[in-house]
Amino acid sequence: MSEIVLETRGIKRDYHVGGGLFRPARTVHAVKGIDLKLEKGKTLAIVGESGCGKSTLARMITMIDPPTDGELFIDGKKVDMAAGDLTPEMRRKVQIVFQNPYGSLNPRQKIGDVLMEPVVINSNVPAAERRDRAMAMLTKVGLQPEHFNRYPHMFSGGQRQRIAIARALMLNPRLLVLDEPVSALDLSVQAQVLNLLADLQDEFELTYVFISHDLSVVRYIADEVMVMYFGEAVEYGTRDAVFSDPKHDYTKTLFAATPRADVESIRTRLAKRAA
Amino acid sequence: MALLEIKNLTVEFETATGKLRAVDRVSLAVDEREVLAIVGESGSGKSVSMLAVMGLLPWTATVTADAMTFQGRDILNLSPKQRRQIIGRDIAMIFQEPVASLNPCFTAGFQVEEALKIHTDLDRAARRKRAIELFEAVGIPDPEERLGHFPHQMSGGQSQRVMIAMAIACNPKLLIADEPTTALDVTIQKQILDLLMKLQAEQGMGMIMITHDMGVVAETADRVIVQYMGRKMEEADVLSLFEKPKNAYTKALLSALPENATGDRLPTVSDFAFDEAPYTGAAQ
Repeated sequence: MSEIVLETRGIKRDYHVGGGLFRPARTVHAVKGIDLKLEKGKTLAIVGESGCGKSTLARMITMIDPPTDGELFIDGKKVDMAAGDLTPEMRRKVQIVFQNPYGSLNPRQKIGDVLMEPVVINSNVPAAERRDRAMAMLTKVGLQPEHFNRYPHMFSGGQRQRIAIARALMLNPRLLVLDEPVSALDLSVQAQVLNLLADLQDEFELTYVFISHDLSVVRYIADEVMVMYFGEAVEYGTRDAVFSDPKHDYTKTLFAATPRADVESIRTRLAKRAA
Repeated sequence: MALLEIKNLTVEFETATGKLRAVDRVSLAVDEREVLAIVGESGSGKSVSMLAVMGLLPWTATVTADAMTFQGRDILNLSPKQRRQIIGRDIAMIFQEPVASLNPCFTAGFQVEEALKIHTDLDRAARRKRAIELFEAVGIPDPEERLGHFPHQMSGGQSQRVMIAMAIACNPKLLIADEPTTALDVTIQKQILDLLMKLQAEQGMGMIMITHDMGVVAETADRVIVQYMGRKMEEADVLSLFEKPKNAYTKALLSALPENATGDRLPTVSDFAFDEAPYTGAAQ
C-alpha cells in the first residue's frame, strides 16, 4: 500500500452564529465528524449540494479553519492549528484552488507577482530563481512567458483558472484541494482544465481533493467518491462502487436528478412526451 | 404560422474599440407547444438575441433584422409603449439569477401581483386569489403565507419558482428561459425543469430554453440551435443532434462532455477543425 497523504479522524467544525436582539445565539454543525484516508496520487471527489459542508471540509484540510474536534493528518503528521505549531513546511504541502477565478485573483497584482507571492511568504528562494520558477510554471499550465507582466483582467476565465492552479503549484505541494474548479467555466474550457489537472497529477504525483456538484465530472476524474449531506458523509467508497451501487437515498436522488445526455434517454423522454 | 419568427437577426454593440457583432445573421422560429433550446458557450450571443426580442438591450446596441414577428405581428419597430403591452403578457422571460432578478424591497406576492395589475383588469382581491393559484401551480408550499415573504427569506429554488409564477401570471404564449437552473443544485434543477416542462405542456406555451448545459438540452428540448461566436452553427431536432451531429463545433461540444469520455484525456474544442468558424483560435 502506498503512503497516505491525507487522513482525517472524526473531524468536526461548528460555527457559532451570534444572536441578535430577538434571536438567541446558536451553533451550526457544518461538518459532523468525517473520516477519510487518501493515498498519494489519487483523487478524492467530494459531492453534495450547497450548504452540505463540503467547502468547510476543504478549508479545514487546507488549514485555513481549525477543526472544532477530531484529528487531521497530513503526510502522516498530526496537524494541530490551535497549538500554533504550523511550520511553513506544513503550509507548503497543501494548496487550494477556488471556484471563481474572477474573485480569487487580485485585480491589481500582475500575474508574475501572483505566482511569486507564495514563494516569498513561505520560503527564502532568491528573487532571480523565483522569477525563473514562475516563468517555468506559466508554460507548464499552458500559458506564455509574456503573460508574466499582465493583469488578471486581460485573461479569460479558463486562463485565470490556469493561473490559480499555477499559483497553487508554485510551492510543490503534495495535496491540492480543488473547490469546484471548473463549475464557472464553459464546457470546452472545462475539458481543457480537466486535462491540465490530469497532466499535472501525472507529472508531479499530486493528490487531489476535488469538490464538485457535477456528477459527470466526478465520474470522469475521481478514484474515490464521498457524498456529503448535511455535514455527514453518507456515502464513501471507490468511484465504481458508488456509481454502480449507491446505498444512501440521497445519493440515489442525486443520480436520478442528473440530466442524461445519451440518445437512449432522449428517446424515452420524447416517447413519453408524445404520449 | 410560427409563434415567433426571426430572420437574419444581427446585434452590434458600440464599444470603445469599434463595433462588436454579438449576433450575426441568426434566423429562428418557434411554434406553439414547441420547446426550442439555444445552446452555446458564453459569448455565443444566445442571451443577446433573446434580449433583442424582449427589447431589453442597452442603447449601445443596434438591432437589425429582415423580419422579427410574433404571431405575425412585427415586433422589431414597436414603440416602447406598444412593446410593453406584449412583453410580460404574451412573451415572458425567466432569468438566470433568481435571487438577483427579484426586487429585494418588495414581497414576493407584490411582485407577482404587479404583473397582473399592469396586464389584466382584475381587481385587488382577484389578483390576490390569482397569485395564490400561481404559487400553488409552481409548487410553493403554504402560498398565502409565502406571498408576504421577501426574496431574502427564500432559497434559490424558491425564488426561481416565484420568478416562474411571475412569468406565467398572464398565461404567456411564449416563455423565454435564460439559463433558468444554472445557479441551482442538481436536485433543485431537476424539480425546476420538471415544473417548467409540466407548465409548458399544460398551457401549450412555446418555449425557448437558453442554456450552456447539454444535459438540460437533452432533458427538455424538441429542437436545438447551436450557436458559436454569434453565429448559428447547427439546427436540428434533439434526437438527430445527439445521434449524428453534422457540424464540427457540435461534435466537439458533445465529445467534451465528461460522460462521453473514452480515453484518459478529454477531447477539447480546439482538437476539431471548423468549417464554418468565423474566427481562428477562439476556443480559449
